[in-house]
Amino acid sequence: MNILVFVESAEGKIKKNSLEAVAFAQAMGGSVTALALGNVEISELEGLGKYGAKKVLHAADEKLNQGVIQAYAAVIAKAFQDENSDVLVLSDSSLGTPVGARVAAKLGASLASNVVELPNTSAGFNVKRSIYTGKAFAHVELTKPKKVIGIKKNAAEVKEVGGNVSVTPYQASLSDADFSTKITSAEKATGDVLLPEANIVVSGGRGMKGPEHWSGIEELAKTLGAATGCSKPVSDMGWRPHHEHVGQTGVKVAPQLYIAIGISGAIQHLAGVNSSKCIVVINKDADAPFFKAADYGIVGDAFDILPKLNEAIKAAK
Amino acid sequence: MKILVCISHVPDTTSKINFIDNNTKFDTNGVQFIIGPYDDYALARAVELKESSGATITVINVGLVDTEPTIRKALAIGADDAIRVNAEPTDSFFVASQIAEQAKAGGYDLILMGRESIDYNSGAVHGIVGELLGVPSISPVMKLDIEGNTAKLAREIEGGKEYMEVSLPFVAGCQEPIAEWKIPNMRGIMSARTKPLKVVEPSTVDSGVKLQKFELPPAKGSVKMIPADNVQELVNLLKNEAKVL
Ligand SMILES: Cc1cc2nc3c(=O)[nH]c(=O)nc-3n(C[C@H](O)[C@H](O)[C@H](O)COP(=O)(O)OP(=O)(O)OC[C@H]3O[C@@H](n4cnc5c(N)ncnc54)[C@H](O)[C@@H]3O)c2cc1C
Ligand SMILES: Nc1ncnc2c1ncn2[C@@H]1O[C@H](COP(=O)(O)O)[C@@H](O)[C@H]1O
Repeated sequence: MNILVFVESAEGKIKKNSLEAVAFAQAMGGSVTALALGNVEISELEGLGKYGAKKVLHAADEKLNQGVIQAYAAVIAKAFQDENSDVLVLSDSSLGTPVGARVAAKLGASLASNVVELPNTSAGFNVKRSIYTGKAFAHVELTKPKKVIGIKKNAAEVKEVGGNVSVTPYQASLSDADFSTKITSAEKATGDVLLPEANIVVSGGRGMKGPEHWSGIEELAKTLGAATGCSKPVSDMGWRPHHEHVGQTGVKVAPQLYIAIGISGAIQHLAGVNSSKCIVVINKDADAPFFKAADYGIVGDAFDILPKLNEAIKAAK
Repeated sequence: MKILVCISHVPDTTSKINFIDNNTKFDTNGVQFIIGPYDDYALARAVELKESSGATITVINVGLVDTEPTIRKALAIGADDAIRVNAEPTDSFFVASQIAEQAKAGGYDLILMGRESIDYNSGAVHGIVGELLGVPSISPVMKLDIEGNTAKLAREIEGGKEYMEVSLPFVAGCQEPIAEWKIPNMRGIMSARTKPLKVVEPSTVDSGVKLQKFELPPAKGSVKMIPADNVQELVNLLKNEAKVL
């Protein structure tokens, strides 16, 4: 089985989600080729060998520095064919998911996104995907010879299994028509831990009373090396930016640890956090529904508990 | 301007999910159906564009006859007419192929839909429709303005956004804060009853995805409560029991 993995990068570095995709492909068995587009540091590309890539292709054309969905899909589909690939693996992200759909349509491949486990290939090619926003799973068989699978965060553990590999330049034949979308500028929260990729998330709800109280959340997040999140009303009221809103209609997170402070635990919020490994809930109302979904809970006032928790974690480090 | 808005008919966000027939069928018992929340944003933006520049809006749904109340709701919110492709929406490729076929026939300037459905969560229909029509597809779109033949958009990326320009026609998968959800008013509800709803039969497509069975996640173990005056205990548990610190 030849597996092509599309690896995403930001500021020259390979994204963690993409390392998971390489590790996932390696664990599937077969020969793994990674494809990176645009500006990526050479040491990052060579390092993909450590996670299981046997070959690394790099299309360095500067037109690919920006993630234009149509153009990325064209290059990836071409590489899939050039490499005689059977399966494309990519990570589900704001770029990976829409790109994967176009590639599948271009190749006439079977498509599954939100895949949570390694495929079962004992009879056919079967994958388990998360549906109903984390409330259920579907087992589906992918019946076409070519397959595209998008993997959900945490579907694979990143492990070092090999050493560096050399990088092969890939000549992408770009057509102007694929660049009809012109990216004019980008705004990025730099320096912070990105919410969709974070291992720990500290999230606040309406119980935090106002944006002026967010310093407590931010300090705890800093101590933990965590990203900050919030409930929908909090971003609707403009206390926090939209991209921090977690839930059914916001970001779906899957961290090792999710700490919810002053969030009631409405089912729409839970839909965005139910893939977390461990959930801690701090709420002054003992009947808050979030406790039913939590591993650990404290009934109490957030303004009292937050600073104490921050100190205790600092001391434990 | 002619706008096509694609709407899914999905369980209300508060629904309990259950399966029947040996875990091969979704249990609709007691479930309320709604327009997909992201699709609702797409529709709301379409209605705003119609109000500001005089567009016509067609909504399309791939579904069996039970989706018609959901389609009527979209008409009540402000769509002018509707197409229902009479088929069970089995997967993204099947749905997208039906939409692409109708879109080709209708010659739309703009095709709007949600970034993802909340039943399958594939986030795929917009990309596939874009590819089948040979036009750009952009998702998730959080801002969309049209000036003449050009659209200015903002797309969400991890931890930020990207601004872009593209010529019509194209496909967009929408999310908030592109517009505020709209609630149908009495006049809308009355006029929706008589707006045209065309039913068409699906074309055959092999999407290469076959459902085998559904599965529910294991029930969550019970929560361990820690007294508010003992946060140290929480830290110890996180470190030694959950091993997440
Ligand atoms: C279609 C749809 C989609 C939605 N999508 C989302 C989504 O994606 N994400 C989302 O979050 N919501 C979503 N919602 C909204 C959701 O239903 C809830 O309204 C929302 O999650 C509530 O936010 P909250 O918990 O911050 O606020 P509240 O429900 O007001 O809860 C505040 C909590 O804070 C506690 N509290 C108050 N003071 C303190 C204190 N001093 N210390 C400790 N605790 C305190 C209270 O006991 C309470 O439990 C959606 C709703 C709909 C209809
Ligand atoms: N059965 C359907 N009929 C019409 N549009 C749909 C249907 N299913 C999904 N869509 C649209 O496609 C978007 C993406 O769906 P999905 O790829 O399933 O996540 C949704 O937000 C809808 O706008």
